[in-house]
Amino acid sequence: MSTTTAVHTTPTLIDHFERGLDAPICMTWELTYSCNLACVHCLSSSGRRDPNELTTEQCKGVVDTLAEMGVFYVNIGGGEPTIRSDFWEIVNYAVDNGVGVKFSTNGNNLTPERARLLAESDYIDVQISLDGATREVNDTVRGPGSFDMAISAMENLASAGFEGFKISVVMTRENIDQLDAFDALAKKYAAQLRITRLRPAGRGADVWDQLHPTAPQQRELYDWLVANGERVLTGDSFFHLNAYGEALPGLNLCGAGRVVCLIDPIGDVYACPFTIHDEFLAGNVLDAGGFQAVWQQSDLFTSLREPQSGGACESCSAYDSCRGGCMAAKFFTGLPLDGPDPECVKGNAEDLLGNVDGATTPRPSLDHSRPAAALTYTPVSITTKPPLAAVGASSTERTTPERACDESPLAGFAPDATPRSDG
Amino acid sequence: MATQGTTTQNVAAPARTDAFDFDSAWDLHEQVQVRPERFGALLYHYGDRRLSFVKSPELRTTLELLASCETARLALHDAGVSPGDHLAHERALSTLARSNMIVPRQSEEQRS
Repeated sequence: MSTTTAVHTTPTLIDHFERGLDAPICMTWELTYSCNLACVHCLSSSGRRDPNELTTEQCKGVVDTLAEMGVFYVNIGGGEPTIRSDFWEIVNYAVDNGVGVKFSTNGNNLTPERARLLAESDYIDVQISLDGATREVNDTVRGPGSFDMAISAMENLASAGFEGFKISVVMTRENIDQLDAFDALAKKYAAQLRITRLRPAGRGADVWDQLHPTAPQQRELYDWLVANGERVLTGDSFFHLNAYGEALPGLNLCGAGRVVCLIDPIGDVYACPFTIHDEFLAGNVLDAGGFQAVWQQSDLFTSLREPQSGGACESCSAYDSCRGGCMAAKFFTGLPLDGPDPECVKGNAEDLLGNVDGATTPRPSLDHSRPAAALTYTPVSITTKPPLAAVGASSTERTTPERACDESPLAGFAPDATPRSDG
Repeated sequence: MATQGTTTQNVAAPARTDAFDFDSAWDLHEQVQVRPERFGALLYHYGDRRLSFVKSPELRTTLELLASCETARLALHDAGVSPGDHLAHERALSTLARSNMIVPRQSEEQRS
């Protein structure tokens, strides 16, 4: 079900979104690079706190700006945001000022008592990251102990009567065949399943070749979404699969710098959560004019709101439905931004990828990984012993993954009936 | 139909209104916030965390006037919606009612 009204036909809603709005619809705010885990695919290469992370007062200033701009809610992540000692203070400040919060967590310290407090608020939503429906698959990517921690948090939320919290899964080669199992988990805990695309951003670039779904798996995922897409959230992250045929639910739009963006822990504003790189850095919330000036006037965002060329894709029959895919996925795999997505279902990226010189592929501009906590990814399918032959990960340290990073541009959207045909 | 964010959290089952009652009084749901946009408005419902798009400035004005009008029809009139556009707006209001963005106004005694 969705809501809208088409009274005028031109320009379309999508046209408006492509030209950018005066304020983001949906944005991600990563509060810290610190994380108790060290997921192999972390989009923000999190681990250690950055000494220049925004202070409590600076964070409240950001909230004030978001409230003034009419941002309905913010997706808070990290790192593991709950690690910040002022996390609840910031969340409560946002809620008190009319900015709703959805925060992503690996389940850290989500105690029964905390779950009860969360269940009382309509203005706070919780998203638990889980990348395997089984301990083995999850912990291979997110680290030892991470599955149990997430399940414990989910049990606490369910027991507290918090219905509809999100279980957020990054789809990988290892967990595509667990889609129904994830679905069952969501049902068991009265939660809603949210699945998003693996991106080659942050440490995700290091495991992309091993973990991104194979071509047959992409088809399997698409078919599953056609059958079940109405009741799961995807953050609109699979529109590159629309080229298979029927469009998936969603807006079929790259919202980067147009309707979404990312504020990182030091206040830097990037076009989207998957583009932590100087190339996509629009400004900083501490600059003169603050976040509002960055959003409304930065050169980068202005250019992203101009008509984009489909380049090599424009002659493809599927271009109208896939729109060339994800900018970040192209950038971090060394592909031109006006060409096919690395996972182009028509296979149009294969030759191009073969010609990419790995040595010149862009690397993330920032890396807060904790070297001592590094996980080495070993595919589940070829391991016979505990998957995490983790290099240097001590058993007492909950290494691994996590990240709220998987926040996607149009998450939480209930687009009306029209965008689909607009796309 | 395209749907991303259908959740049921914390929301009482919406009253199903198959035919929108134009001659009753309606209000925005108390948990709905309106953000004006060039194309109309964005509506966000904090109860079930759903976002909706209002794709005409006249409909936005209608929504803004709902609470001060005795009937939805009067709000449409006061918003300057031309008679030829009434049907489209009726459908829009009906959709908003189904998704609990607008609700029938409660009488004083219902409220107490």
